[in-house]
Amino acid sequence: MKTAGMTTTSASTSTVAISGVSVRFRSKRAETTAIERVSLDVAPGEFVSIVGPSGCGKSTLLKLVAGLLAPSSGSVALLGEQVRGPRRDIGFVFQRAALLEWRSARRNILLQAEMRGMNPAAAAERADELIEMTGLSGFENALPHELSGGMQQRVALCRALLHRPRVLLMDEPFGALDALTREQMNVELHRVWRETGTTVLLVTHSIAESVYLANRVVVLTRRPAVVQEVIEVGLPGTRDYSATMARPEFAAATAHIRDLLGAVTGHD
Amino acid sequence: MDTVSGDRWRGVVERTWRPAALMAALLVVWHLVTVTGLVEAYLVPSPARTFELMIDKWSYLWGHTWVTTVETVLGFVIAGVLGVLVAVAMVCSRTIESTAYPILLFAQVIPKIAIAPLFVVWLGFGFEPKVVVAVLMAFFPVVISTVTGLKSVDTEMLELAATMGGGPVKTFVKIRFPAALPHLFAGLKVAVTLAVTGAVVGEFVGSNEGLGYVILQANGNMDTPMLFAGLIVTSVVGVLLFLLLDLAEQLMLPWHASRRGAAVTTLPAKGGS
Ligand SMILES: Nc1ncnc2c1ncn2[C@@H]1O[C@H](COP(=O)(O)OP(=O)(O)OP(=O)(O)O)[C@@H](O)[C@H]1O
Ligand SMILES: [Mg+2]
Repeated sequence: MKTAGMTTTSASTSTVAISGVSVRFRSKRAETTAIERVSLDVAPGEFVSIVGPSGCGKSTLLKLVAGLLAPSSGSVALLGEQVRGPRRDIGFVFQRAALLEWRSARRNILLQAEMRGMNPAAAAERADELIEMTGLSGFENALPHELSGGMQQRVALCRALLHRPRVLLMDEPFGALDALTREQMNVELHRVWRETGTTVLLVTHSIAESVYLANRVVVLTRRPAVVQEVIEVGLPGTRDYSATMARPEFAAATAHIRDLLGAVTGHD
Repeated sequence: MDTVSGDRWRGVVERTWRPAALMAALLVVWHLVTVTGLVEAYLVPSPARTFELMIDKWSYLWGHTWVTTVETVLGFVIAGVLGVLVAVAMVCSRTIESTAYPILLFAQVIPKIAIAPLFVVWLGFGFEPKVVVAVLMAFFPVVISTVTGLKSVDTEMLELAATMGGGPVKTFVKIRFPAALPHLFAGLKVAVTLAVTGAVVGEFVGSNEGLGYVILQANGNMDTPMLFAGLIVTSVVGVLLFLLLDLAEQLMLPWHASRRGAAVTTLPAKGGS
């Protein structure tokens, strides 16, 4: 198995360039360092998973890239441009679907278009395409509370993909799903990624998920998070779920990541 | 379709029979108390006498009811609009919030019955002072509930809106305000009942029309049947306005009503058959 501390892609050609970023939160009582001098480059079209112990700063890292949070030091560039405020050239999927409960599935997806002032006809067509692709057909007009958790997550995914973002940021998007739905969503996400060529940054707690989906897996340490290791996943492009699980590369990568996480959290 | 509307009716019956039975029971108790001579008739008139009077004097009662209703609705609408505007301003700016809160609280805790005479002095015996008291009564719950509602939007949703680049106006119109509506309606329902009280209080202080005037007159004349009639009509006005808002809420927020309904009743959801 190949491991690499840092990639060699230069900042100008990489889609996401995080260099020497630290984040400190200041509250009345204490100062917490969430992230300590983290550097990471993501190449165009690459799928990178981020794993690490709970509370280590994974969500913080994604928010930095989206421009929802400013780093205390260091810099973040997205698509060759410094991140200074909220960026709209991305798609974001949160752990909870965060849907508007008064809007149907379809209109929740179209919120993206309305907020951006996209052409309504083109957006509607794109929405139907995504609904079809994610298997939501027949539930377009259902309200969020009439959808299962997995369907809600799919709506959130469609919403994030509606404007064909070049970068997709996902924060534990499948955390609330049962194992089987999660596998289905993994397969779907993998297909979507292969079809769209989007660059994806995925935060997850599932080691299997991180390896199955990604080109590279970034393992973070306990807080303050530093990059412990970056694992190159040498799996083929098309990934049949069961066949992939059975591959020796898969077993080796997951075992290695489990070791790394066990070492930092002290359990094994 | 038929079974759906049938179910709806069954639902209405299911929801109303208990309160209706309780009302009937109270009427029976009231009746028994008066016929057995437990209390003197001049202290508590019988229900029969009261309702007979309401029918006899319906045009007199209707005229005054209309006056009070207009004052109430006017006060409620003004309070609603002002309350929402103030709440929006308070949510938009911390400075406005911290400046306005103490004044709002002060205006709320001051006894309206005590300042009502002042409004009569300032504004005369017309409908204006009544409307002002109604506004004062109804304003606070609207502000508080709208502020709570506008702040109830979860931060993730707002962060998402930021990545969609919609700007503050679109974010407000499409996300914040609709999300606040259930809270707003809760506040409006409280407000409308308080507006009735406000209008009647205003009429108590100085007026020659309205249900407050009717009650005060009846009291002065020891005309307890009219007094009871006035009280009943006043309550009915408040209840009807409340139900009207409840209906508006169900029509405007079907998503909210259906969720709330699903938790409370066993009514089948829409669709089916
Ligand atoms: N707004 C904030 N103010 C203060 N501290 C914060 C804030 N946001 C995050 N933190 C702290 O920063 C650390 C990292 O938080 P973050 O949400 O990034 O963790 P995480 O890796 O996503 O955890 P999890 O896997 O449980 O979601 C935590 O210890 C948290 O307490
Ligand atoms: Mg997190």
